Amino acid sequence: MSLEVHIEKKLDGFTLRADFAAGNRSTALLGASGCGKSMTLRCIAGIVKPDRGRILLDGRVLFDSEQHIDLPPQQRGVGLLFQNYALFPNMTVEQNLLCGLKAEKDPAARRAACTEMLKAMRLESLAKRYPAQLSGGQQQRTALARILVGKPRILMLDEPFSALDSYLREEVEGEVGSLLANFAGTALLVTHNRDEAYRLCRDMIILNEGQVLRTGATKEVFADPGSVAAARLTGCKNILPCTRLDAHTVRLTGWNAAVTLTLPVPEGCTAVGIRAHDLAPCPPGTPNSIPVKALSTSENPFDWNFICSPPEGTEQLWWKVSKTTLSAPAPLPPRCLWAPPESIMPLQG
Amino acid sequence: MDWYPLWNSLRIALISCAAVFFLGIFAAYYIARLPRMVKGVLDVLLTLPMVLPPTVVGYFLLLLFGAKRPLGVFFMQHFGVKLVMNWYSAIFASIVVAFPLMYRTARGAFESFDETLAWSAQTLGQSNTWIFWRVRMPACRQGILAGTVLAFARALGEYGATSMIAGYTPGKTATIATTVYQLWRTNDEAGALRWVMVDIVISAVVLLAVNLLEKKQKAGGRQ
Repeated sequence: MSLEVHIEKKLDGFTLRADFAAGNRSTALLGASGCGKSMTLRCIAGIVKPDRGRILLDGRVLFDSEQHIDLPPQQRGVGLLFQNYALFPNMTVEQNLLCGLKAEKDPAARRAACTEMLKAMRLESLAKRYPAQLSGGQQQRTALARILVGKPRILMLDEPFSALDSYLREEVEGEVGSLLANFAGTALLVTHNRDEAYRLCRDMIILNEGQVLRTGATKEVFADPGSVAAARLTGCKNILPCTRLDAHTVRLTGWNAAVTLTLPVPEGCTAVGIRAHDLAPCPPGTPNSIPVKALSTSENPFDWNFICSPPEGTEQLWWKVSKTTLSAPAPLPPRCLWAPPESIMPLQG
Repeated sequence: MDWYPLWNSLRIALISCAAVFFLGIFAAYYIARLPRMVKGVLDVLLTLPMVLPPTVVGYFLLLLFGAKRPLGVFFMQHFGVKLVMNWYSAIFASIVVAFPLMYRTARGAFESFDETLAWSAQTLGQSNTWIFWRVRMPACRQGILAGTVLAFARALGEYGATSMIAGYTPGKTATIATTVYQLWRTNDEAGALRWVMVDIVISAVVLLAVNLLEKKQKAGGRQ
């Protein structure tokens, strides 16, 4: 069970070059809005035709520009959940589900499969309702049920939580998470939210302006994104310009101070990334520390935010410190911040 | 009172409305997918009959269908059918003038259709024909219904091109619209008024029916 994508498509302003493989587990496609994520899913589903390239699903060719193969979406066996769920407004929940059972011709088997799926997705009591009479979460369950009842080989979710209120989102995310984990086949989740990607998927692909920047296990990608754009997309607040000194040392431009990294520093390294939570206050002179002055503070429900800069200079450095309780007192503004060598990430470009 | 004009007007309007229903939807569906340039040119051509004076439409129809014109001669020779000055001649006129109303409203409805509905149906394995009749048409129902009613009303009220291509022969080509003019012209003001009332009643009934239909759909709880 695997998906291989090597496609090119000219879009407004940039060319999408999606080049990746996804195995038999949940994979996140992370990127900013308009980077070509949804377009990639549409190419895989066969709704949009790439300019050139190949798409293989479980060894079966779905698209190959050289061999002139371009299977219609109906024959691809691909399940795609749209951002707005795309439920048919003129049909009830049950009728929507039956639309997903095109391949099953026997009426008794159709009814049985539909009933079973309604039950599995907790939709039995809503079977006779129209989509407009459902809540956002119920609509999403209906759309997922409609896809799953047809037993697709691959499940693709396009920003599945963007249409939900934030309080509903966490609840629904849990359900979708277990669905992704239990899906027997490749599952792709398109999102611009790094936390969603981290929580729900074991592998990830980072897409930026149509280019695949990084692929790998989610935790590895977060620990070593490799490029400035990928670091930003994984939520790294501090991207500090630097010059490479040797294989494990760089000099931070804003501080004119050398810091040590556990990860090897490649030749083209122009910046390092330090996550705001990885910093800690320390006495002056500690190895790997930099002097700072605090510019501003803000309080979140569960952490404090400090924006700092070098004593002389304008560069900004974010320090986030978690609170132990909601009413924990504010920490003192830091004079000097320190990051362990293993959490400083060398970045290129 | 001779009721022939009523019967004649109704059959002309119904037949041309049915033809325009399919022609308009077909044109709207396919033209929406054409490249922008071709679409622009076709759009102007197909909408022209809506803004041209009906007499200009009649002029072109006579150029095509007239007894001594190519199409007229062809039908006369091969089928023994005279295309002009018959009751059904008015159908051609009604189709041409009613078509743009159906075409434009249907196209507006198709353009505002959420294409992800069609895409999701495709990935679920449904054929494009199924999608057209079961998803696209129901979703565009309001616009298509409005277009049909407008086309029917326009066909019923057609006068200019009809009088040129079908003329006015009592009991043969007379329609409500041509009868009103004929009676007025011959100083039968009371007769004209009767037909005016008939026309107003039919139009009002049609519009009322549409309003009721829309209310019923809303009460059904559907989107």
